[in-house]
Amino acid sequence: MKTLPDTLVKLLGLKLQFADKVILDGVDLSVQKEETLVIMGMSGGGKSTLISILMGLLKANAGSACFKDQDITRLSRPKLNEVRTHIGMVYQNAALISSMTVRENIGLPLQELSDKNEKEIGAIIDQKLELVDLKDAGDKLPSELSGGMQKRVGLARALALEPELVLFDEPSAGLDPINSRLIDDLIIQLREKHKVTSIVVTHEMDSAFAVATRMAFLHEGKIILEGTPDEFRHSDQPIVREFLSTYSAHEKATG
Amino acid sequence: MIAKLGGFTIFLLQELSSVVGMVTETVSEIADRLKTRRSPLRLEHLFYQCDRVGVGSVPMVLLISVFIGLTMALLTGYQLQRFGIVTLVPAIVSVSFTREMGPLFTGIVLASRIGAAYTAELGAMTAGGEVDAIEGMGIGALRYLVTPRFLAIFCLTPCLTVISIISGIVGGAFISSLLLQISYGFFYDQVMTGLLVKDVVAGIVKSFLFGAIIGGIACYKGLSVRGGAVGVGIATTSSVVTTISTVIACDSLCNIFIVTFFP
Repeated sequence: MKTLPDTLVKLLGLKLQFADKVILDGVDLSVQKEETLVIMGMSGGGKSTLISILMGLLKANAGSACFKDQDITRLSRPKLNEVRTHIGMVYQNAALISSMTVRENIGLPLQELSDKNEKEIGAIIDQKLELVDLKDAGDKLPSELSGGMQKRVGLARALALEPELVLFDEPSAGLDPINSRLIDDLIIQLREKHKVTSIVVTHEMDSAFAVATRMAFLHEGKIILEGTPDEFRHSDQPIVREFLSTYSAHEKATG
Repeated sequence: MIAKLGGFTIFLLQELSSVVGMVTETVSEIADRLKTRRSPLRLEHLFYQCDRVGVGSVPMVLLISVFIGLTMALLTGYQLQRFGIVTLVPAIVSVSFTREMGPLFTGIVLASRIGAAYTAELGAMTAGGEVDAIEGMGIGALRYLVTPRFLAIFCLTPCLTVISIISGIVGGAFISSLLLQISYGFFYDQVMTGLLVKDVVAGIVKSFLFGAIIGGIACYKGLSVRGGAVGVGIATTSSVVTTISTVIACDSLCNIFIVTFFP
């Protein structure tokens, strides 16, 4: 009998409020190992906030966010930092350290958090640069790279410590279709070749359907739909249908 | 008026508690790091910051101190000449430079030169999401970014203060020899007689305090930037104003304390 893979992330009743604005209103969601969960929703709907809570960068008002049974919202700082080494994050704006070269950016977590020597670190950097197809960009500063290249360096840095989970915050936002496709292919490659679990936050439908093994729709602070891409296509939720119809109309218009 | 004063006091106390909170959190990150038997900071980062703060500030501290020492000796000398006690100039210049001028002017130079740079660079990193990225990797942004900067300014403010004191006294000796007919030998003897160990200790202790104030406030202002490039500009201005005001206020409090308890 086929069994479900283990649960890697489990969000339960997650609530967050800034002043009187409710951002998350009891989010329940789980992510299994080796799947790519795409979280969709309107802009400003709390998708990025959700993954910031998962990274421990924001504190939820209520609920729990567990990574491998450890509740990130209640961990002490040293324990949280230890958990963070198992989670990589690719930021919407890449968030590379602007004063460091590409190699230094990728090597930063290795130098600070691993016991590897310079030679081993150099080999890992080369390997990650090759993975994201940026072998020749190692000595460049982030400002000398295009947006797509910066995101790929961000991904290489996120993968430096071989994390079990990678969070992508709007990976294709602001990219041309070719670079966007390149990032999508890398996300797929991560799952298929490297068995890495991913959570992708996006409102770009092309990317979402290209990479997802499962999808969730966040609306008004709640997950209103969770399922496979096919289940999404046939959903009768009005907001999801509206979202998809806009996408279909756009797809038809652009051929 | 009273309400405004109360509001300002509350704001000041909140800011103070935030700076103390940041320093405490940094120390706790360092302790966590030490518990895992890892170095809390990379020496190359500390050396780089020391070079910026120390070596880079020497010309400005030296130049300002020489000219202030020179002016001070000249103006004091002309006044004292009228009473026939111009021989007091070396003692006045050396004591005031050691206890007051050296630490204070070094503090002001560092607040404007290094404090502003700390706030601007940490502010730009905060606004660009780089600080969150470092934190998100589990590196500990405060330990990684604040520790080398804070340590460098804390340790090197006293060193620069010593340079400032010596430069000020040399400037005073030069003008005294040139215009007040005080020989270098006499000037040196008077400095050695007039200066007490407690003057030197007071100056050095104050300079450590000023270094901590500048480092703490400048890093805090940088890490609490909101609002992109404009926010960085506002934070940098606020950092310079706050550090210089705090250094001067703290200097006055130190003087009252020293004069009261160590007369």
